[in-house]
Amino acid sequence: MHKRLQSGARQGMHMATQAAHTPPEAALHQQPDAVVVRFAGDSGDGMQLTGGQFTLSTALAGNDLATFPDFPAEIRAPQGTLFGVSAFQINFGSREIDTAGDAPDVLVAMNPAALKTNLSALKPGGLIIADTGEFTKRNLDKAKYKANPLEDGSLAKYDLLAFDISALTIEAVKPFGLGNKDALRSKNMWTLGLALWMFDRSREPIHEWLRAKFKSKPDIADANIAALDAGHAYGETAELSGPLKQLHLPPVPTEAGLYRTITGAESVSLGLVAGAQLAGLPMFFGGYPITPASAILHHLARLKEYNVTTFQAEDEIAAICAAIGASYAGSLGVTSSSGPGIALKGEAMGLAIMTELPLVIVNSQRGGPSTGLPTKTEQSDLYQAVYGRNGDAPMPVIAACSPSDAFECAIEACRIATQYMTPVMLLTDGYIANAAEPWKVPDPASFEPFPANFLTEKNGPANESGDTTLLPYKRDSKGARPWIKPGTPGLMHRIGGIEKQVDTGHLDYSPDNHQAMTDARQAKVLNISVPDQAVSLGEAGGKLVVVGWGSTYGPIHQAVRRARAKGLDVSHIHVRHIWPLPGNLGELLKSYDKVLVPEMNTGQFKTVLRDQYLVDAQPLNKTSGQPFYIHELEEAIEEALA
Amino acid sequence: MNAPTKIETTLKDWETDQEVRWCPGCGDYAILKAVQRTLPQLGADPSNTCFISGIGCSSRFPYYMETYGFHTIHGRAPAVATGVKLANPDLDVWLVTGDGDGLSIGGNHMLHVLRRNVNMQIMLFNNEIYGLTKGQYSPTSRIGTRSPSTPIGSVDRPANPCAFALGAGARFVGRGFDVSKNLPDVLKAAHAHQGAAFIEIFQNCIVYNKDVFNDFAAPKGAEDRQLWLENGQPMLFDGGTKGIALDKDNLCLKVVDVADGNWEAAGVIVHDVTNRSIAHMLVELPFGPFPMALGVLYDDPRPTFEMGVAGERERATSGKQANLAKLLGSGQTWTVSGTAQDPI
Repeated sequence: MHKRLQSGARQGMHMATQAAHTPPEAALHQQPDAVVVRFAGDSGDGMQLTGGQFTLSTALAGNDLATFPDFPAEIRAPQGTLFGVSAFQINFGSREIDTAGDAPDVLVAMNPAALKTNLSALKPGGLIIADTGEFTKRNLDKAKYKANPLEDGSLAKYDLLAFDISALTIEAVKPFGLGNKDALRSKNMWTLGLALWMFDRSREPIHEWLRAKFKSKPDIADANIAALDAGHAYGETAELSGPLKQLHLPPVPTEAGLYRTITGAESVSLGLVAGAQLAGLPMFFGGYPITPASAILHHLARLKEYNVTTFQAEDEIAAICAAIGASYAGSLGVTSSSGPGIALKGEAMGLAIMTELPLVIVNSQRGGPSTGLPTKTEQSDLYQAVYGRNGDAPMPVIAACSPSDAFECAIEACRIATQYMTPVMLLTDGYIANAAEPWKVPDPASFEPFPANFLTEKNGPANESGDTTLLPYKRDSKGARPWIKPGTPGLMHRIGGIEKQVDTGHLDYSPDNHQAMTDARQAKVLNISVPDQAVSLGEAGGKLVVVGWGSTYGPIHQAVRRARAKGLDVSHIHVRHIWPLPGNLGELLKSYDKVLVPEMNTGQFKTVLRDQYLVDAQPLNKTSGQPFYIHELEEAIEEALA
Repeated sequence: MNAPTKIETTLKDWETDQEVRWCPGCGDYAILKAVQRTLPQLGADPSNTCFISGIGCSSRFPYYMETYGFHTIHGRAPAVATGVKLANPDLDVWLVTGDGDGLSIGGNHMLHVLRRNVNMQIMLFNNEIYGLTKGQYSPTSRIGTRSPSTPIGSVDRPANPCAFALGAGARFVGRGFDVSKNLPDVLKAAHAHQGAAFIEIFQNCIVYNKDVFNDFAAPKGAEDRQLWLENGQPMLFDGGTKGIALDKDNLCLKVVDVADGNWEAAGVIVHDVTNRSIAHMLVELPFGPFPMALGVLYDDPRPTFEMGVAGERERATSGKQANLAKLLGSGQTWTVSGTAQDPI
């Protein structure tokens, strides 16, 4: 169970829910133990903010949760258009939550375009909350509706709650003397207020947040608070006559401790800071703006007191090259990007491999190829991570499976980079980077330090004149060469991208030497100590194993749990160490009759597994830019076992 | 930045035991010796000196210097060097690049290392050709250059390295050539400059572009066509018989004759290394009608990038204490009390 952070809380929750045989998300009509809500509106409507604050209130209420922010690549897409819709989905409950949920129980649609693009996802019988004030002729046209769907009976199979949120908001903020345009900006807070009432949440933390956010504009803070309160009050009134019912989801039984919500980008940043501290090194972070990786640069830029230097370079290549330069000079060099940027960094990764310098490369994957889907998630850079460089260029690869897991993965990447003198790639993706989940704050003292060592004296045998020599490429028992900081008295030496002579590091193109050095680089990486692979759910051996990596953890875990509840013989294995693979993985896979590998790509890890173990790994692929639904995986499991 | 301790060395202390692999007669040998002669005069410490290069003939330079050295990848040395300087501002960094490495594949990085003003000496060996890939024309080759990739002559206009550097915001621009006895003086001035110091060094590629600079850089007999600039001194050349004056009507420079050493009467101007407008004119002087402007063309320091980064760090961290436990538990948090349910 070591896959997910050392989270006793999560593991405890696994057991509790397994015993309870959790049914699929129940419809809102019964008292459910989990609910999926999707807020959808125009990109300018503040849906991500609404979702974020609803997430916080959910966490404070002690529910487990997972979120899925889904927004367009355009910053300010034309108002009211179908491609300008921004959505935020949250799944929360009084049991363990692994995914952002398949189908929403509640859809908040702030305009016709939001309804149109999100309706197909809504559960039959689900609740639609719509702002009639935005269902104007003009907006209906923009969303390509011929008739108003709120009025033509086309939504009959859902519960519909349609009222003029726009007008109610304007009414609520009237005392603050704002113009209509400014008043309507508080619409999202009105809606949030209603949602807080629906799920019996305290408004106080949101009040506090608004006061802090608009510290310098108290009247704006007050207007937003008034809108929030009005939305909340409306819920109480509307309950008397309508489909709106207040629900209370009790807190999840959870291990005691301090919790916060965390996104993958925050978690990677904090893990890198922790990793550098455990190595006893200053961190140098070279980055270049790219979606969805920039958030890491933003977080680290605010942490200078943790001995972090951030450098926004002129391009992706300069970002990694500066990080390599900093590692050469004795810092822990880190760079981060997404697919296209990672491709640009490829040659420099080879340099770090050749010069055997520590480096952490974070790849927040997105849909590709080329520019692809900048704001959508995919796992299609695995080949690039494992194989994507010129020459035989072995490099360790680690994949985080959730926002909180990314913290420990980042520490692991720092450990391997500094202990083995190698670049390491940490894979996350757009989903992990943006999604939030509750995180039990770990105690930094619980992590084993791995202090970096620098060579301070010559390490070679004596030459003819009896002087000790320097061997910059002499390897230790792990196969790592010494780290020698320029500025160290007397240890002058030259390194570079040309093939190095064994031990001395001098230029050497000779056949035997290149063979020896290629072998040494390969052996160093393959011999990296990674923990044995555990079974995430189920047992070793059986009819079927579902093997995942990265952000598919949640849906696979839920699907396998549900299948097992039906009595099916299926287990879940989730691989963190993509390269080198855990030593026992081959034997483990061979203990099952069938191996199914769901991936958000066309079958990349499946190919690696087939190549490494000659197992008949079967692919299950999805490349829609959206995470797997649980039911898709459940169906695949049932089919494989039919 | 701490003032480095001056130490005593000789030229020999800066030589490595590695066999130098440039073509016999290559201008790079002369530049290597000039650098190895200069460093002892600066009191430089090999342990604190780092040569960083890209790819190409010039970029083999670090292997022959008994210092720290990093032979990186094509065009990227300025980026690597920027990381080195940010991680350790006290290192004395010399960048070695060429016309292809520094102005073609690495042009973007060259622009930004100069713009940011990272404190280092940047030596761009300009031989107007790609040597290590066997003689293709380069971004500084003159129009009509015949090469394997331009068999009937190149048609694109060449880049002017010093004009590029000045345009990119360089605060020090110098020029020299491989066999010049004045090269160490230019290097010393570059080293004394705090910030990115750009030095174009004309270098004779005797295999693929032999003697293209002979009109002004021949070992002997070209002195008349060299304008050696010295701060505070009149811009004289050709044995003091000619000088550079400002054509005030056309706002450009012109060559004037100087009779009997009376340069003031001839209107010859005095070189002021901090005059950026004149520097723009000097880097653009067309050779032929004008002599080749050499020496320190421009030198007017500004705060360095590393100082800026360090200063900002100081301001941002003053009064703040690093506390990892506190950082992890920051943001909006909540506490769960009670005990876990049988964690397994």
